[in-house]
Amino acid sequence: MTLLRPGMLATVLAALVAVFLLMPLVAVIPVSFTPNRYLSLPDGEWSLRHYQTLMTNPAWAEGAWLSVRIGLLSSLIATGLALLFSLGIWMIQPRFAALYMGLALLPMVAPPVVSALTLYFFLITLSQFNSVVAYDTWIGVALAHAVMIAPFAVVLITVSLSQLDRRIDLAARSMGASLPTRILRVILPNIRFGVLTALFLTFVLSWEEIGVTLFITSVNAVTLPRLMWMGLRDNIDPAIAAVSVLLIAIVVTVILGKYIAQRLFSERG
Amino acid sequence: MPAPTRALLLIGPLLLFLALVYVLPFLGILRWSVTLPEPGLEQYRAALTDPLVRSVLWRTLRICAIVTVLSVVLAYIVALIWVRGSPVQRLVVELCILIPFWISVLTRAFGWLALLSNRGIVNGWLQATGLTSDPLTMVRNEFGVVVGMVHFLIPFAVFPLASAMRSVDERVLMAARGMGASRARVFWQVFLPMTRAGVIGAALVVFVFALGFFVTPAILGGGRSVMVAELIYLRIFQSPNWGLGAAISVLLMLAVGAMLAALLRQARPGGGS
Repeated sequence: MTLLRPGMLATVLAALVAVFLLMPLVAVIPVSFTPNRYLSLPDGEWSLRHYQTLMTNPAWAEGAWLSVRIGLLSSLIATGLALLFSLGIWMIQPRFAALYMGLALLPMVAPPVVSALTLYFFLITLSQFNSVVAYDTWIGVALAHAVMIAPFAVVLITVSLSQLDRRIDLAARSMGASLPTRILRVILPNIRFGVLTALFLTFVLSWEEIGVTLFITSVNAVTLPRLMWMGLRDNIDPAIAAVSVLLIAIVVTVILGKYIAQRLFSERG
Repeated sequence: MPAPTRALLLIGPLLLFLALVYVLPFLGILRWSVTLPEPGLEQYRAALTDPLVRSVLWRTLRICAIVTVLSVVLAYIVALIWVRGSPVQRLVVELCILIPFWISVLTRAFGWLALLSNRGIVNGWLQATGLTSDPLTMVRNEFGVVVGMVHFLIPFAVFPLASAMRSVDERVLMAARGMGASRARVFWQVFLPMTRAGVIGAALVVFVFALGFFVTPAILGGGRSVMVAELIYLRIFQSPNWGLGAAISVLLMLAVGAMLAALLRQARPGGGS
């Protein structure tokens, strides 16, 4: 085995790539403590003023709350529809399954900018008829996000269904279980982890979505990423660094927490 | 309940939702491209002959090609350690892939601005150590765009590469080594060719993603090296020419569709190669 471990050169190169991957994430930490109003390193003096801005300027809390609402609604819609769809494909195996699957995955593989323009068209068309599901409204954004994230839920749920033994469903069916019973009492308990993962992933994808959001919002539905975008485009605002540090801290905590939890469980069992 | 009705109840809602919110509006874009400002294929002709659009398309292809090569090469090295390294190495590499993967594209682009801008960290070091006297311009140009895109796309290239590497039979490598091949030769003549499908898959995934990239080039290019996705945004919102924006979108969709078809052919056993 040792014979075929990667050599010294590959290890050193991979370490350099690892540094490259982490470098921009580490770089935002000192920048967030700068006392200046512009992008700079703290020069001797460290300051919490940009973190204070996040607390005192209500725009940040409003943006975050809006993103949470949009994330919850869109991930529920996307995961719900994706769950029904994946169950249908797995249980019934319809004739044109590959075609349906291709259609369901379309928003994931199409260029994001084309999807953005398409959803912009959808929402401005609806704006002519109502003001609830329309351009620059939170429900409009949630619907658009649901389209973009549904394919990811389809992939995750389909993968967890493919690991399920078809015979347990056949057994339930031959003993006379109805379709809802098979789904609720036999299949769902077995794929609940996949469904929860889909819900979580789609929420995160909506929470950080910016490409489509830029096309379909202007001044009312300002999500957290949209707010960051505005701070990045014109005058680079170090408050973005403070937000970024908080977001990175959340991701690192979740990922490390998952590893530690896995380690603890595998040691016990 | 007959089978077709049940199928419709389960499969129908998502397909109906996508048809209404995605497919139908896309047909609207298609209509824009042939009706705005007047009926005809004028916008397609403009998209393919207008010097500005052509220069943007050319730059997009060039940047995508550079980004694809760099991302796949760097991802290959990382995937190699992830699949064949020691347990500690594997864990470290896994974290280095997963943490950036989960972090928003905006935060990552901002990190590169903090590092590479004129008053950024790298220029600070260079000037403090006396290597340069004037700041090097590393963002708001193609260099910054390439760095940011490679950084974003490496994780997407690592996954297909790692899965190709995991399917390489250890014994084949042992056999090559046993028959006297040097370690380098085993890598170049046995291992690399056996992971070729993964390399092609990763390259296609990265290229397709890069083509439609919007956020990273817009931030790190600073409006100076506009790529096709940003051009579409500009034609819709800043100097409106909806017909042209729509026509470029349709062309982009077709290009990506053709590449995905190639990817599917390549992935199907017996097809392609």
